[in-house]
Amino acid sequence: MKESYNKSLTEKEVENLKNYKYGFSTDIEEVRAPKGLNEEVIKFISKIKKEPEWMLNFRLKAFERFKKLKEPNWQKPKYPKINYQDLYYYSAPKSMKDKPKDINDLDPKLLETYKKLGIPLQEQKRLNGIAVDAVFDSVSVATTFKEELTKKGIIFCSISEAIQKHPELVKKYLGTVIPLTDHFFATLNSAVFTDGSFVYIPEGIRCPMELSTYFRINASDTGQFERTLIIADKGSYVSYLEGCTAPMRDENQLHAANVELIALDDAEIKYSTVQNWYPGDENGKGGIYNFVTKRGLCKGNNSKISWTQVETGSAITWKYPSCILKGDNSIGEFYSIAITNNYQKADTGTKMIHLGKNTKSKIISKGISAGNSDMVYRGLVDVSSKAENAKNYTQCDSLLMGNKCGAHTVPYIKNKNSDSNIAHEATTSKISEEQLHYCQQRGLNSEEAVGLIVNGFCKEVLQQLPMEFAVEAQKLVGISLEGSVG
Amino acid sequence: MEQQLKVDFENYVKTSKLSSKNIELKRVNFNHFLEKGFPNKRDENWKFSDLNHIISKNIKKLSFYNDFLKSEQVDESIFINNLEHNKLVFVNGKLEKKEFNHEENNKVEIIEDFNLLNEKININSLTSLNNAFTDKHYNLVVKKNYTLKKPLVIYNITNEDVTSKNLNLRFNILLEENSSLKIIDFLDDKSKNNFLNTYYKYEIKKNSILKNYKIDRKFNSNIKYFYNNINQETNSLSEIFILSLGSYFIKNEINCSLNGKYASAFINGIISLKNFQHHEIKTNINHLAESTKSYQLIKSVLDNESKAVFQGKIFADSKAQKTDGYQLSKAILLSNNTEFNAKPELEIYADDVKCSHGSASGNLNENSIFYLMTRGLNYQEAKNLLINGFLLDVIEKITDSEIKKIIKNIMGFKE
Repeated sequence: MKESYNKSLTEKEVENLKNYKYGFSTDIEEVRAPKGLNEEVIKFISKIKKEPEWMLNFRLKAFERFKKLKEPNWQKPKYPKINYQDLYYYSAPKSMKDKPKDINDLDPKLLETYKKLGIPLQEQKRLNGIAVDAVFDSVSVATTFKEELTKKGIIFCSISEAIQKHPELVKKYLGTVIPLTDHFFATLNSAVFTDGSFVYIPEGIRCPMELSTYFRINASDTGQFERTLIIADKGSYVSYLEGCTAPMRDENQLHAANVELIALDDAEIKYSTVQNWYPGDENGKGGIYNFVTKRGLCKGNNSKISWTQVETGSAITWKYPSCILKGDNSIGEFYSIAITNNYQKADTGTKMIHLGKNTKSKIISKGISAGNSDMVYRGLVDVSSKAENAKNYTQCDSLLMGNKCGAHTVPYIKNKNSDSNIAHEATTSKISEEQLHYCQQRGLNSEEAVGLIVNGFCKEVLQQLPMEFAVEAQKLVGISLEGSVG
Repeated sequence: MEQQLKVDFENYVKTSKLSSKNIELKRVNFNHFLEKGFPNKRDENWKFSDLNHIISKNIKKLSFYNDFLKSEQVDESIFINNLEHNKLVFVNGKLEKKEFNHEENNKVEIIEDFNLLNEKININSLTSLNNAFTDKHYNLVVKKNYTLKKPLVIYNITNEDVTSKNLNLRFNILLEENSSLKIIDFLDDKSKNNFLNTYYKYEIKKNSILKNYKIDRKFNSNIKYFYNNINQETNSLSEIFILSLGSYFIKNEINCSLNGKYASAFINGIISLKNFQHHEIKTNINHLAESTKSYQLIKSVLDNESKAVFQGKIFADSKAQKTDGYQLSKAILLSNNTEFNAKPELEIYADDVKCSHGSASGNLNENSIFYLMTRGLNYQEAKNLLINGFLLDVIEKITDSEIKKIIKNIMGFKE
């Protein structure tokens, strides 16, 4: 443990990461939709993506609805009003206009960007066993390992491609978990979403590798509205990873994605996120507003959806990856680490909606706040009267560093079934002097000691991440708290 | 409703003997209520209990004008036997009897205060309603260094002669330094489908102790809201116990601010419902000074089509280092049509704190029932034994042995 921690804090890395390593921007020619939000822009997006008419209608219907919706304001982290007419809703590298057939045709500048990010797109540098779909601003730029997946019948491509090539699947499932009429940001996304990933795992197939999407916001004044749709057919399994970064800019940028997961009978989806959007500088200037709607539907019996998230970035994180446990014996899991430092704010948690019999859910949430940050765990466990024998276990622990930050827990528990069993536990504390003293006695300096204890505190969640991500996430945990110990 | 409200308010202003300044204050409160109305589920605080809906469903025609000149007979048969106590008897919102036979003169005072305090009006719309329609405040003062020898029982009675559908009562309690007081709030209702809105304000000064037991035991069709605002100074202690059995709807809201070092608050409660009832306990503990402590334990047993709600919040200010906050809510759901909702909340701004909460709900453990049945109990007996044990845990937290006994009697527990 000590070794791995030390490794994670080599001088160079600290220097690198103190100033948000992913903060560069790529100077690349872009195609943008005209500024603002109106029907014309939506038609423009739809046209440039060569979408069929039903898709355009889907968007327009969402936009109609959006006009009637009010921006919610019940969340704890307040933010200055966003002018939705002052954003670009579509931005793509110019060279993507006619999408290259092969990765070698990609703009070298783009490849360079992803190289800097440590995301290998070119064949020779690919990570072993991970298929990557990279999304740059509004469009998906490259998807790797396509052939190998195709052999198994797995569809892994950008959602725009799926709309054209697999319209029957998209039509059948898009908007079934997050309906058009859902809430403000989700509806906005439905109207203007630009790209994202689409995954379909056929019946009985276990996806042989981790699927991964890497999101990058580059252009300024843009919002990123990606849409991910994952369908696991009967008896299949898939593990999906998502990573995000953005350049350092003084203004706040909006990221409002929708992610829909659908698990049919006996299927399992594991969705992991390492979110490291630009958090703003130490005075709280700039940063990404990460207002994401993620929802999974355990549609079939014995299905399982598991969310794992490591949230270290963004000026404001506001999201609740949820599970609707509709099928009997279905399982929902939520593992989360949220770390806020400086002036970051987070309002995150989950919703577990128990509808089927013998459904189970488990929530493990670890929050760490430092500096002047503010963190909220907000969760809902809802057991309907038909969900016989439902079980839920919730644990949310918060760790505070310093007395300028806040940590809050707001769980909602609704139980309408007498056969259910719901347990919730939460604690808030600081790192005890004894623990620190013990570590320091054994030769760690105070920062190392804190890092070690924090990593131990998060271990339950980190263990849920796939190997490659776990190492990265562990480093991120240490680095996000840089300078908060004193 | 609006028309009725206006008519009743003007009527009330006309007949009251208030100064023009007070009437002006009342009008501010009245307008606030008029604007907000009864809280509904859009209000976060009332998310699980839509009072507006409950009132409009159960009270056909609301009226607000209460004739405070009318006197009522006190029905002494409801008094608590086998406990020597001081009495305050409110009948239909009016003080009809006060008796402090066990205490020294001039140590305890009851003052009827016609001057409305110029308070912040926006606590909630119901306190505004209260301020608008109460004719006076009852102020209870316990003098410095005085400990009441016997507990004080406040009987809050309603009968069929009540002239208004809405009764408001305002009670201010001041415990001066080093004093101590035990209060039992004893509710008894013969009226039907009324809305009772009670506002208690406690000031607990340095080194003082308040113990308050709220007993709502008899089944009745009334709708009740109790707002308790507690301010505690250094080294003071408050112990609140809520026994919530009777009313059709009751919400006990406790807002407790620990303003001085070493102040501590204990809140324990039982909700045990057998009918179509809906009870709620909401707590809000504000740790505003160093080394303060709070402890909450709420247990519910629900049967038939009853519904219970617990909303509890522990707030720790950034100054409140060394806060110790604990909260636990548990519920047993006996029937499939019951509902238990909980929102245990922590809001912490200080780092050197120990705050935790837990919430659990479910049915009785079949294994435990089986174990007891192998020992010769029948199913019902086994179930009752487990439920009693579950609730006894809370009753054992009561620190006054005499009162503990009375509450055990009410619950039908054997000694």
